[in-house]
Order: sequence, then C-alpha cells, then structure tokens
Amino acid sequence: MVTDHPPAQADVTRRKFYIAMIYGLWSVVATALSIPAAIYLLIPPKLRKMPEWVEAGDVSNLEPRVPVEMVFRQNRVDGWKIQSEKTTAWVVKLAGSQVVAYGPQCTHLGCAYHWDDNANHFLCPCHTSVFAVDGAVLSGPAPRPLDRYETKVENGKLLLGPLRQSKEKA
Amino acid sequence: MSWLDHRTGIETAVRNFLYEDIPASSGWHQVFGSIAVFLFLVQAFTGALLAFNYAPTPGDAYNSLRYILTEVTGGHLIRGLHHWGASMLIVVVVLHMTQVFLYGAYKKPREATWMVGVVLLLLTMAYGLTGYLLPWDNRAYWGTVVATQIASHIPLAGPYMSRLLGGEGAIGVVTFARFYGLHVLLLPPATALLIATHIYLVRKHGVAPTPGDEIKPSKKFYPRQAFTDTVAIFAAFVVLFTMAVAVRVPLERLADPTDTTYIPRPDWYFLFLFQTLKFFDGPLAIVGSVILPSLAVLALLLVPFVDRGQMMRVTRRTVAFGFVALALLGWTGLTVAAIATTPKPDTVAIDYGAPTDWIGLSPQEMAGIGYFRKENCASCHNLEGKPSVGPDLANVPIKKTAAWMIAHFKHPAAMVPGSSMPAIQLSDAQLNALAAFLLKLTPANAAALANAPDFAVQAGLLYQTKNCGGCHQVNGVGMKMGPPLNGVARRRTKTWVAQHFANPEALSPGSFMPPYQFSQREMDNLVAYLFTLPDLPGPPADR
Repeated sequence: MVTDHPPAQADVTRRKFYIAMIYGLWSVVATALSIPAAIYLLIPPKLRKMPEWVEAGDVSNLEPRVPVEMVFRQNRVDGWKIQSEKTTAWVVKLAGSQVVAYGPQCTHLGCAYHWDDNANHFLCPCHTSVFAVDGAVLSGPAPRPLDRYETKVENGKLLLGPLRQSKEKA
Repeated sequence: MSWLDHRTGIETAVRNFLYEDIPASSGWHQVFGSIAVFLFLVQAFTGALLAFNYAPTPGDAYNSLRYILTEVTGGHLIRGLHHWGASMLIVVVVLHMTQVFLYGAYKKPREATWMVGVVLLLLTMAYGLTGYLLPWDNRAYWGTVVATQIASHIPLAGPYMSRLLGGEGAIGVVTFARFYGLHVLLLPPATALLIATHIYLVRKHGVAPTPGDEIKPSKKFYPRQAFTDTVAIFAAFVVLFTMAVAVRVPLERLADPTDTTYIPRPDWYFLFLFQTLKFFDGPLAIVGSVILPSLAVLALLLVPFVDRGQMMRVTRRTVAFGFVALALLGWTGLTVAAIATTPKPDTVAIDYGAPTDWIGLSPQEMAGIGYFRKENCASCHNLEGKPSVGPDLANVPIKKTAAWMIAHFKHPAAMVPGSSMPAIQLSDAQLNALAAFLLKLTPANAAALANAPDFAVQAGLLYQTKNCGGCHQVNGVGMKMGPPLNGVARRRTKTWVAQHFANPEALSPGSFMPPYQFSQREMDNLVAYLFTLPDLPGPPADR
C-alpha cells in the first residue's frame, strides 16, 4: 500500500464526510424553511390605516359621575378586511368637567363589565373585579385600572382616539 | 440500549431503516423518489402556513391571498415556495417514474409498487387541479369552469361527478368548498398513506437490482446513499428557493364571470391535455377529454404486466427508451402547439399581488407620478425609505400647501434658503399635478405609489394632457359634463371604448365629445387604466 492512510482509515474519513454533509445540508434546509415561516407568522402585517377620531355621541348633557354606555360604529382593520363594527365606551364626566371614556373590557381577562347603579361602581361579571367611577380597582383580580380612550370634545360631541392601556396600579 | 429505546424502540427502528441493504448498483439515478417525498413535505408545510392567513370562500379567498402577498411579511416567499413547489413536484414525480420505467424496476415482484406510484402521480395532478381554483382570480375561475365541464361530460358518471365537485349550474361557494376540502383535507392524508405504502413496498421487495448486482456484495443505505439523496434534495431545494424568490407569481384580477376578453389557459403541465381537447369535435370531444386520458392511465397501470421479460441492463432497454422518447416528443409537441396558439392578451396585465394604492388616485395625481419620474425626483427624494439627499417626502411632519410647493418648484432657494434643488421646468398645470401627487403621500403608501405600473401613469399623463377631467369624473374628481368613468368596465367593452375614442358621435349619437386619435400604445394604456378603476362612483376609495 502506497497511501498515506491505510484503506480502513480512508473509509472512516469518507464516512465521516458523508455524515457531516447529511447533517449540514439538512440543517441549512431546515433553517431556510423555519426562519421565513417564523417571520411570516410572527412579524405583524403592515398597518393599512392610521388611527382616526370616531364620534361616540353627545356629551353636553352628561350628569357628573354617572357613567353612560355609548355605542358607536368604528372601522377596524381585521386581517384582509376592514370591519365596520359596533363598539362601546363607558363615558363619564369626572371632576372639573373632564370627560373620560373607558374601554369596554375588564383589565383582568377581557370580559364586558357594566355599571351597577345601586352599588355605584363598575362590576365585572366574570371574576367579580370592581372598579370605581374613576376607573380605579376597588377589589377583585383586575391588575390595573380601566383602560381609557384618547378623547377630545368638539361642539359637545365626544371624539374617541385609540384605546390606551392604563398603568399598573402602584 | 438507551432508556428511550427500551421504552419506544425508536432508535432500533431508525437504525433498521437506515442500515437497509441496497444493491451495489444503487446511486445517483435513484434520488428522485426521495426528492418527491421531500417536496411533498415542503408543500404540506407551506400549505399549512398559507392556510393560516387564508379564507376559503370566493370573495375572501382573493382578498386574503392579496393580504398575504401585499401585507404579510414573507408572504410572497411562502406563496412562491408553494406555487413553484407544485410544479417541481410534478417534474420530479415524472422523472422518478421515467427512471423506474427505463430500468424496468417495475417488474415482478414490484408490480404493486409501480401501480401505487401511478396513483400517486394522479394525486399529484389532482392537487394541481384543485389548488388552481384557490386564488379565485380570473385564471383560477376559468380554469375551474373548464375542469368541471370536462368532469360533467364523463359518460354515465358525468352528472354525479359534476354534483360531487359542486360544479353543477355555476362555479360558486359550493365548488369552492369542495375543491378546498379535497385540496387540504382529503388529498394530503391519502397521499401520505400511499407514500407510506409505496415506501413499505420498496422496503419489502428491496431496491430493484440490475443484472450483475447478484455477484457483488450489497451496500448499506446509510451513509453513502443517504448522502447522495441529501445532496440531490439540497440541489432541488436551492432551485425551488431561488425560483420562489426570483420569479414572481402574479395574482390576476378578481374572478369575473362576465369578462369575455380573458384567455383561459391551464398550468403548464396540463397544456398537453388542453391541446388534445382541440383535436376532437362534437360527439367525439369526449375522446380527448375522457377516453384518451383514461386509456393512458390504464396503459401506465398495466406496464408491469405487459413487459414481463427478464431484468436487462438499462443500456439494452431500447424499446423503453423509444417509448420515453415518443412520450417526450408528443408531450413537447402538444405543449408547444398550445403555447403557440395562445393569442397575446390585448390588455396590460396588472399584478394584484403588489400594492394597488394607485387605483384610488385621481388621474391628475397619477400624472403627478409621471412628472415625478420624468424629472427624476427620486434620485434625491427616494420614496422607498432608502437614504437620499433631499427631504423624505413621505415623512414630512407638517405638510406644505400646493401653492407653497409650486412656488418652491419654480424657485427652490426662494422658499427654502440654502436649498440645492434645481428649479423644475414644467408648466403650472404640470406642477399642480406634481403637487397634488405629493400631497397624497403617506409613510404607508409612498413605496406603493412610487411603484405604480407605468401603463397607469402614462394613462394619467394622457388624461391630464387631453383635459378629460374637464368633462369626466374619475374617483370623484373632475366635472360631470360627461358620464363618470368609474364602472365603465361594467357598462362597456374595451373594443367599444376604443372605437368610441376614435368616433364618439357614431357610437353615442348626440355626444359632443371630440374624437381622439391615439397611438395603439396610448389607447392600450388608457383603456386598461379606465377598466382598472374601482366600480363605485363617488368619493375615492380612500383606504
């Protein structure tokens, strides 16, 4: 034998090469498929529309500290559709005639809460979170006060902007 | 033996699979089966991904696919992989069969393996047929009309086939649900089951040896042949990935049953069948659509029972080579004939897989895009977010008025001291159009508008030059002396509109529209543009 390696050694080297290539090439294929898939599923799609102001209703005759449920229609980008859907906001005039509008979902797990006239607080029927008229958590599992819409009032009409998540309670 | 193997036997199973004995002659010619299985898995994977953003009903199907293509990141790549993967799968399955045929590997006792393979070929084609409908564009719609009509002509079974496919009466929601159900619910498990059976049979009988193998020691599948298969699969994947990235698959107009100008053609691998249909008239039509294809499938199934001689070296199988050459010749001839007899569409094709924000612009704003291009504004004001010398026009926080912009175009340094922008030598009307376009720019639509198709921009320029807006409205802009032009596609044919330009009085008596002599190019652009306009008159569809 006039080789650097005995035949067995050459076979071992070749075998190692085959196995390395099998693992290597399959890793490249798996990466080239899984990274685009992750991008496709996880990166949010381009937003089609800037948020706009929506008219929720008349607030010129609101009684102070008595929340009113206002129902209005709003356009929402929903995947490949723009849905015109009914949305609600709990609107209340607080001290200094400041008008605030709460998003309709409990900050715990998203159930629809309502105003309890007798008890004078917001009550969530799911896990009995209770919120004060200013949105603060009074009791129950809710982690933060009610979320508020950005608002502005023009000619007695309430205009709502995007819903802002409230800060965690201190 | 490890803990896991002791409980599941998985390691032993994998080892048994990998250390299978294969004939000494095994090698590169046997990679196609593995590539086909790999491509099937890629189709299943990309298909599932597409299904995550897709709604299988007529209108929504189109809109959701547009959403995948224009808004979802990586959507084009995933759709490209699925589209080209389908074509490639057909190619690879046919190559696999050709190799087996040439080597005579279907001979006793491997007849069942071959027959299962033939059924797998038919399933692969069934994916192509059912998947074709799913984009619900014009191509999809008309392709499916023809396919369901053919199914309805099968003797005796025709009406039932037609009902099964939901194609009775007209193509609609039921057809769609049936095709989608077949494509994603029935065909994949059927394919998986048959592939498993196919592989089981290959293992049961062993890879077919060639004469001479009996005197040589057999080899192990792993690692040598596994390496060969891996390299082949990798090469196929590189080709597929490159095509998915580089070759754009267009999305055509939304399916329109009233579009009489559309020229329907099947996907390339069905063109030979399509061409065959043309050779048989009247009552003989069924020969081309049903009888010949059925006979061909039957012949394929019976191959192992016809050719029952001893195994021969592949180089001595001249008859088999003759058949393959004949089939290749016939297929190529029919396909070339089909392509050659397809008339060039007289319209400009629009890719709805790209953003079409420009459709909502007024013709004046479209003309503005034209001036923006003519004056080469993009060399300093890039609209696609690339760094450029001048201000980013899509992201200016405070918009200037049109009057300010026009003054600035004429004497840039007078409005912006120190500006190095050269003055633009255009008429007031042209500068006005340019300003109107710039006012429409937002960060969201800038790149899309910058890439508006040239035919529409040219049409906008022509519309602007001929002052069509002096009498007509487009997207709610213009005068109402003549009829609004949105929805003209519904009211008139393209030929009518073209003739009307040349002689309005002849087609609408009493019309006081002057005649226009356009070049063929101008006419094509303008008519295509007018027929692209959204149907609804009134305010522009301002998404």
